[in-house]
Amino acid sequence: MNRPIPLLLVLIAIAFTLSLLAGRVWLDFGTTPNAMVILAELRLPRAVLALIVGGGLGAAGAAMQGFLRNPLADPGLFGIAPMAALGAVASFWFGYSASAWLLPLFSLVGAGVGMALLALIAGRTGGIALFTLAGLMIASLAGTLTSLAISMAPNAFAMSEIVTWLMGALTDRSWREVWIAAPLTLVGIACLTMTGRGLDALILGDAAARSLGMRPAVVQAWLIAGIGLTVGSGVAVAGIVGFVGLIVPHLVRPFTDRRPSSLIVPSALAGALLVLVADSAVRVLPFVTELRLGIALSLIGAPFFLWLLLRMRRGLA
Amino acid sequence: MILRAKNLSLAGRLDGVSAVFEPGRITAICGPNGAGKSTLLSALAALITPDSGEVLLGETPLAAMPPQLRAQKIGYLPQNGEAAWDVAVRSLVALGRMPYRDEAPGMVEQAMIALDLQAFADRPISTLSGGEKARAFLARVLAGQPEWLLADEPLAALDLGHQLTLLRHLRRVAEGGAGVVLVLHDLALAMNHADYLVVLSDGGRVAASGKPEVALSEEIIRQVWAVEAQWIGKPGARALIAR
Repeated sequence: MNRPIPLLLVLIAIAFTLSLLAGRVWLDFGTTPNAMVILAELRLPRAVLALIVGGGLGAAGAAMQGFLRNPLADPGLFGIAPMAALGAVASFWFGYSASAWLLPLFSLVGAGVGMALLALIAGRTGGIALFTLAGLMIASLAGTLTSLAISMAPNAFAMSEIVTWLMGALTDRSWREVWIAAPLTLVGIACLTMTGRGLDALILGDAAARSLGMRPAVVQAWLIAGIGLTVGSGVAVAGIVGFVGLIVPHLVRPFTDRRPSSLIVPSALAGALLVLVADSAVRVLPFVTELRLGIALSLIGAPFFLWLLLRMRRGLA
Repeated sequence: MILRAKNLSLAGRLDGVSAVFEPGRITAICGPNGAGKSTLLSALAALITPDSGEVLLGETPLAAMPPQLRAQKIGYLPQNGEAAWDVAVRSLVALGRMPYRDEAPGMVEQAMIALDLQAFADRPISTLSGGEKARAFLARVLAGQPEWLLADEPLAALDLGHQLTLLRHLRRVAEGGAGVVLVLHDLALAMNHADYLVVLSDGGRVAASGKPEVALSEEIIRQVWAVEAQWIGKPGARALIAR
């Protein structure tokens, strides 16, 4: 059952059109000078990239929550995003300005190392506790090393570059970032959909799922690959964009039959929509400097998380 | 096909357990707390690997069977089933079709009819009462039409009426030709409703096996549970008085 998909596609089409027209300059093809250039080289790649990054994060969140059987799981918490960020920060040290490819490349390498560590430590058991702890420790280590790199930045300029980049944004992105992120994210979402059947079995708990023929190690391998590709490529082109993977599956779940397998694709679409709308909004807001996308989403995300906890508390009381 | 435990050992939990389970009847595994009842059941479902010994289905070791094929033959119902996500009853029951990679609506419907769940088919599982939930989780296993149904304390959380309802359903499964193995801690239920018993004692050893009157004699209850007890009533309607 995938009832929300058509609606989400329509909303994305509307938001995409508006996003292309909206910005510091409201495009009017009759009067705006260079309207086609602004459209083709600035707004189109940025809007496409928003869809890709958001889609990856949404799908990753849905699969992660299904795997951990916990509605509070966020794919950013489990080591891969912080490792990708660490990789990106490392590229500043190696003179990222030398090549525009260096930063995303380092970031992807970081995500890959994060995936490998997670797979290695969580091992073949597919147990939730080990996976969670391993992920949190990798995240903690990556965060510490990132702080270390910032504190020892070669100069103030590099430091401000690192800090700004970490906040996550889609400003001034080009088709190059699209070509980096799009194929990886799509393959990642495909990997995540491979977990669907296993995640459904996990509704019944670990033992019953295994008795149904679910192989935990296989599901975990697809999951780590999928999260690594989606979240890793997202961080590589946009920096840290948090909370999408947490919020989106929640908003979408009531419109599905609540099986994890039927949540992955709608969550990808809703994540794409959310990031596109949020990115268009920060562009239109009348601030002197543009509000960073990552900050804007955290400003929405953290209160949402708290509201979620309060609602759960009421449910438990 | 016969399900056979051959000399199963697992450090601290099972000690050389051998037992034969035959299709078409209800076999109960009984024993005091910590005697390894659930461990034995998990081993029979190939959910844990023993240190030594093996479980055979017919002549095939379970460990050598591909997981999907094994899942088609052996259905396992864990204790206190809870659903991680609040899916509809029909979706939950359909999970039982996973070993066949289909959702054969006919089989799912049949399993729901067999357990009187039609009225709840589209309701979220959280809105069901304890007894209804237990039936829904059993229907999930039956939707896969396994040759073996292994259930860990399926009656533990149910009141008397729902216990008897569920036992009636389990009896029907056995009469349909499948083998039913239950972990039971209520000895009177085991005495009155099982066809065959495997009694485990502390340390995971088989203390007795056979027909209920033999395997749950007052003498064996004294040895295994260290309780002086007396059976009263008639065969099929026994009650246990402990002193």
